[in-house]
Amino acid sequence: MIPSKEEMTAALKARQGAEVQERFSAATVAVCGLGGLGSNIAVSLARAGIGKLILIDFDRVDVTNLHRQQYKACQTGEYKTEALTENLREIAPYVELEAHTVRVTESSAPELLQEADIICEAFDNAECKAMLVNTVLEKMPQKYLVAASGMAGFGSPNSIKTRRIAPRFYLCGDGVSDVGDGIGLVSSRVMLCAAHQAHTVLRILTNKLDT
Amino acid sequence: MVKINGENIDAAGKNLAEYLSETQYDPKRIAIERNGDILPKALYCETILADGDEIEIVSFVGGG
Repeated sequence: MIPSKEEMTAALKARQGAEVQERFSAATVAVCGLGGLGSNIAVSLARAGIGKLILIDFDRVDVTNLHRQQYKACQTGEYKTEALTENLREIAPYVELEAHTVRVTESSAPELLQEADIICEAFDNAECKAMLVNTVLEKMPQKYLVAASGMAGFGSPNSIKTRRIAPRFYLCGDGVSDVGDGIGLVSSRVMLCAAHQAHTVLRILTNKLDT
Repeated sequence: MVKINGENIDAAGKNLAEYLSETQYDPKRIAIERNGDILPKALYCETILADGDEIEIVSFVGGG
């Protein structure tokens, strides 16, 4: 049985507070990259009742993604945008979803992200991360940006932090654990970082900006 | 003195690109805030560090 929209909204209001829920449902959040960070961020935000999610990724689900990303084994080979849309529809059927199967570039970002109140940077490549952060901060200074750097390996979960770099720019992660150093990506630690990002989005929307 | 990521560094008078070339930072993997504002990449060469500047260099590592 799938609960009605009214039932789900009432349950969210009971858990999170009515005023907070109204802010969440009025918000549009973009998730750039739907891998270990982005797919987990999107699931958290959809469950929290964010009104609209813009999901962006050019890639397909690969067998090496399945240990840490919110896809099912049977979705291997599908576009991540399509697979995640399907999964989010099952999890939170009343969240509005807009998916773009494209690469985000300096020139395409402003149009793709135009509608978003808050942008999550959830790429895996360091140069792409820097490109998006520079582009958003330069060209879209009115947006909030929540980025991530450093979550690879079996390091302590307690070293994953959220820092406020500028009034509208937050950075999650330990800042140093680089997947390029051959330490791999571990589901639980990547999910921790994704949870920091999703939680920061919710804190921004509730105006709890002191971190 | 220029405050870079919280540390006082004797870099006043240098341009940012010069300063970066003396460090381990990879210019393709960073974003820089100068006195609270993002510094566009195109301006790294012409931005002269001045006494009292506060610089935050955010360096990205891979993984996600």
